Amino acid sequence: MALFLDQYTDIFALRKALDNKQISVKELTQTLLGDIKQHAHLNAFVDVQPALSLAQAEIAEQSLASGQGGALTGIPLAHKDIFVTEGWRTTAGSRILSDYRSPFDATVVQALLKAQTVSLGKLSCDEFAMGSGNEHAATGPVRNPWDPDVVPGGSSGGSAAAVAAGLVLGATGTDTGGSVRQPAALSGICGIKPTYGVASRFGMIAYASSLDQAGVMARSAADLALLLDAISGFDPRDATSIETCRGVANAPGRILSDYANFNATKNTPPLAGLRIGVPTEYFGDGLNNDVAQAVEQALVVLESLGAKRVSISLPNTALSIPAYYVIAPAEASSNLARYDAVRYGHRTETYTDLADMSARSRSEGFGEEVRKRIMIGTYVLSHGYYDAYYLQAQRVRRLIAQDFQRAFADQCDVIMGPVTPTVAPAIGSLSTDPTAEWLGDIYTLSVNLAGLPGLSIPCGFAPGHRSQPLPVGLQMIGNYFDEGRLLAVAHQFQLVTDWHQRRPGAST
Amino acid sequence: MALTETDVAFVAKLARLHITPEQQPALKHELNQVMGLIEQLQSIDTTGVAPLAHPLSVLHDIELRLREDVGLATNTIAQRNHLMQNAPATADGLFLVPRVIE
Amino acid sequence: MSWEVVIGLEAHVQLATHSKIFSSSSTQYGAAPNTQANEVDMALPGSLPVLNRQAVEYAIRFGLAIGATVSPRSIFARKNYFYPDLPKNYQISQYEIPVVLGGKLQCFVDGEPLTFNLTRAHLEEDAGKSIHENFATPDGRPCSGIDLNRSGTPLLEIVSEPEMRSAAQAVAYARALHALVVWLGICDGNMQEGSFRIDANVSVRPKGQEAFGTRTETKNVNSFRFLERAISYEIRRQIELIEDGGKVVQETRLYDADRDETRSMRSKEDAHDYRYFPDPDLPPLIITSAWMAQVQAGMPELPEEMRRRFVKTLGLSSEDVAQLCNDRQTAQYFEAVASALPAGQAKLAANWVMGEVAAALNREENDIDACPLSAAALAKLLLRISDGTISNKIARDVFADMWANNTLDADAIIDARGLKQISDSDAIGAMVDEVIASQPAIVQEYRAGKQKAFNSLVGQVMKLAKGKANPGQVNDLLKQRLDS
Repeated sequence: MALFLDQYTDIFALRKALDNKQISVKELTQTLLGDIKQHAHLNAFVDVQPALSLAQAEIAEQSLASGQGGALTGIPLAHKDIFVTEGWRTTAGSRILSDYRSPFDATVVQALLKAQTVSLGKLSCDEFAMGSGNEHAATGPVRNPWDPDVVPGGSSGGSAAAVAAGLVLGATGTDTGGSVRQPAALSGICGIKPTYGVASRFGMIAYASSLDQAGVMARSAADLALLLDAISGFDPRDATSIETCRGVANAPGRILSDYANFNATKNTPPLAGLRIGVPTEYFGDGLNNDVAQAVEQALVVLESLGAKRVSISLPNTALSIPAYYVIAPAEASSNLARYDAVRYGHRTETYTDLADMSARSRSEGFGEEVRKRIMIGTYVLSHGYYDAYYLQAQRVRRLIAQDFQRAFADQCDVIMGPVTPTVAPAIGSLSTDPTAEWLGDIYTLSVNLAGLPGLSIPCGFAPGHRSQPLPVGLQMIGNYFDEGRLLAVAHQFQLVTDWHQRRPGAST
Repeated sequence: MALTETDVAFVAKLARLHITPEQQPALKHELNQVMGLIEQLQSIDTTGVAPLAHPLSVLHDIELRLREDVGLATNTIAQRNHLMQNAPATADGLFLVPRVIE
Repeated sequence: MSWEVVIGLEAHVQLATHSKIFSSSSTQYGAAPNTQANEVDMALPGSLPVLNRQAVEYAIRFGLAIGATVSPRSIFARKNYFYPDLPKNYQISQYEIPVVLGGKLQCFVDGEPLTFNLTRAHLEEDAGKSIHENFATPDGRPCSGIDLNRSGTPLLEIVSEPEMRSAAQAVAYARALHALVVWLGICDGNMQEGSFRIDANVSVRPKGQEAFGTRTETKNVNSFRFLERAISYEIRRQIELIEDGGKVVQETRLYDADRDETRSMRSKEDAHDYRYFPDPDLPPLIITSAWMAQVQAGMPELPEEMRRRFVKTLGLSSEDVAQLCNDRQTAQYFEAVASALPAGQAKLAANWVMGEVAAALNREENDIDACPLSAAALAKLLLRISDGTISNKIARDVFADMWANNTLDADAIIDARGLKQISDSDAIGAMVDEVIASQPAIVQEYRAGKQKAFNSLVGQVMKLAKGKANPGQVNDLLKQRLDS
């Protein structure tokens, strides 16, 4: 079925149409609300409030009318339900917050509001951002627009599906172990997670504090640059927010400036001098051949643009899995302690005393995956185990971060490889062994452990479980604060390829 | 180190989660599968390696930024109610919970 | 069996900042429930902590004042446990690396100075309050109401070494610590409002035994009197228990003032596993030596220094200065009075500040800030005593007048009421002669050896002089006339 946004390749195209008054923001918004309704089977949205969206559209329209519009004025997007929003409910994909109304907006939400975007609603995610397939959401699985039988990825599955399906031109997500990059890859769109501390975590429901980072998803690297720049910036309400990076203020403008500067360099060919590190550990046994092929083809294209491939080693890559699955659950177990039915959230009906009330409310409200991770986290922090597990994991974390620094120091400028070992699996195909799902995170976890920026862009297709073609993503990892260059390299790739322009439903 | 059912019960108590006897065995099994994965960390020699708490401290020391001591105005009742709008039970502006006997 | 008592105290001191330790909410006491709690204090989803600079500065000030080490790098850790007045169900505190380590505090026990060592002091956030009155569910089950106004108030938890050996020592330490934190301006010291709370760790052991006995913790005592009673009760209870063949259980107890006893709260064995780990929301706190130097430079003169100085330069005794230097404002008032008097009159000033002035303030339940007499005005009055214009007794009258009528001019009152002391020896001599002449019987008694008679004659002279005769001169002249 034709979607309204299909006629616009990206934000720039829509910007032109809005500025030329080919369509009004209100009309656009109204139409998209209709498209969203028609695509309810994707289950991507969890809360839609037409009146609120139209009110934002009104503001954008007035701004355009008075000639004060900016690059993002009137652009339709939506927010992962992990960001608190006034007006729309916030549930974090959980029953424990099923009707929660936040009295304040997340900083990231405020930033995009200030940029005069129009929010179409809240997007489904894995419960408390824990999961890689958006199957752990209280409102049920989200479907991949490329094939409704497969997952869109997770935990920002609703965000990926909404962008991939053409219901919005951009979406916010969060990435703690790959939750923006992986769904972007599985859903055939672009997604980026910046350096830890570049985007504020204030108003982002905490999963693992030292790993969580806000990200954005869109149809192109150029769009990502606009959106990421808008949400980046120092926030005094977040003590882990970065003030300056390499002497430059962490503020809107920085990323766009770096991005523009790199693209403006008059190199021939455009990526001459760029060294691409390719980790041997990312091309081991677990990687599906067809996925490997698609990634390989992408690297060839980049070489044709003048880049040089360098084989590097990130020896502690495999350890990222146990390290992450100690640190993240540990921090989560503490972050989720506040959901005790005292001040908000689900409260059970029958209980004997306060402790019983909280325990039952939590067990009823939290899903299985969350309960499991809380138990793990509590256990690894408990007396006698803290040093052997948590501290040891943090030491391994340093080894992993040092691996990257060694590579960036004198071997390469950016690191590239696959995002996932396979294409999107079928919904419901999760194995009974909880750790099997986790092994698929191997290429993304270390980026969060090191706090580096990473993105995913479409680079081809590979056969799924029914041999149907499903999207493959190319991951690019940069050194700290290198988001601008990363996006520019991705943009150069997208100037000579069209993977990012493929749409579900059209022929691939 | 394998978790026993006592361990599982103790951890559930610390985590304030209600685990029924029926749920116990499956949960214990799953937790042990996870611990099996995590055990890999034990074999790594990390002598002389300091834990990394804040990822960017690999780049340079990260310091805690401090806030100036300026107090906000006391909230009006309306503002308070706005902040407390999600409370399951309140009375006279207080959050109500089952009485804890000390 | 001879017993030795071992006591260690933990004080929870609310720091007198304008805003809370991790949020900008006001810390003012007495607001309507939950009106001083924002999204951070209520631990709403998405909220994050940001540390208050002033709380750190106060901690530095305290550390320097007790000669402790101020840690250049300290870490905030999460102390995880579930409790309804703890909104995040973890308390942000400091564990392995606190902001202050070591230190010493001098206190006075029965007038004798004693110095105790401190273990550490760390920053943490206070919890909210549970109100237990008369709330119930519709079906009648009792409820408690939670007020989070106090939640997030900055606390400095100050831990002493277990060096006190009696309730008296413990109370003396607590008083001195209280006086110091108020002196430094870091705490308002209002114990009724909960600004200063003590937990007492008490154990007993047979005299001579090296190993410590099992200790109990009596929590949240908010008066020195209750502290003394709670510790005394605990000591008695533990000794009796052991002598009866029982064992002291390690547990937390509460002091019940109505029954004058401590009660078990919960067993520390069924203890929480706090699962401390560094708070990932808060990078390490760095305190530079420049900052420490700045705080040191702005430090007021400390009580111990001031006491030493008064003893040395003003010739006061240790007893005099112990009380005088209890709070900074009183000591400063005293010093201002003493410096307006001629040398050697400091004791007079000390007696009056600790005597008449203190009594008047106590009657009105005020502190020295409310004293209507400026230091200069009081000094003027005291000058009239030391130069013989009026007697001490008359001066008290003038003082009362000045206080009640808010007048600062002692001389004006002395003149208006004709209170000048009669110091003219001729005039006094005449009155003495008159009394001797009119009281032959009493004179006889004196000559017979009854000292009381002398006093009676003095009284008669004073009556004649309407109280205004210089008592010293009356004594001298009377003795002279009688003995001649």
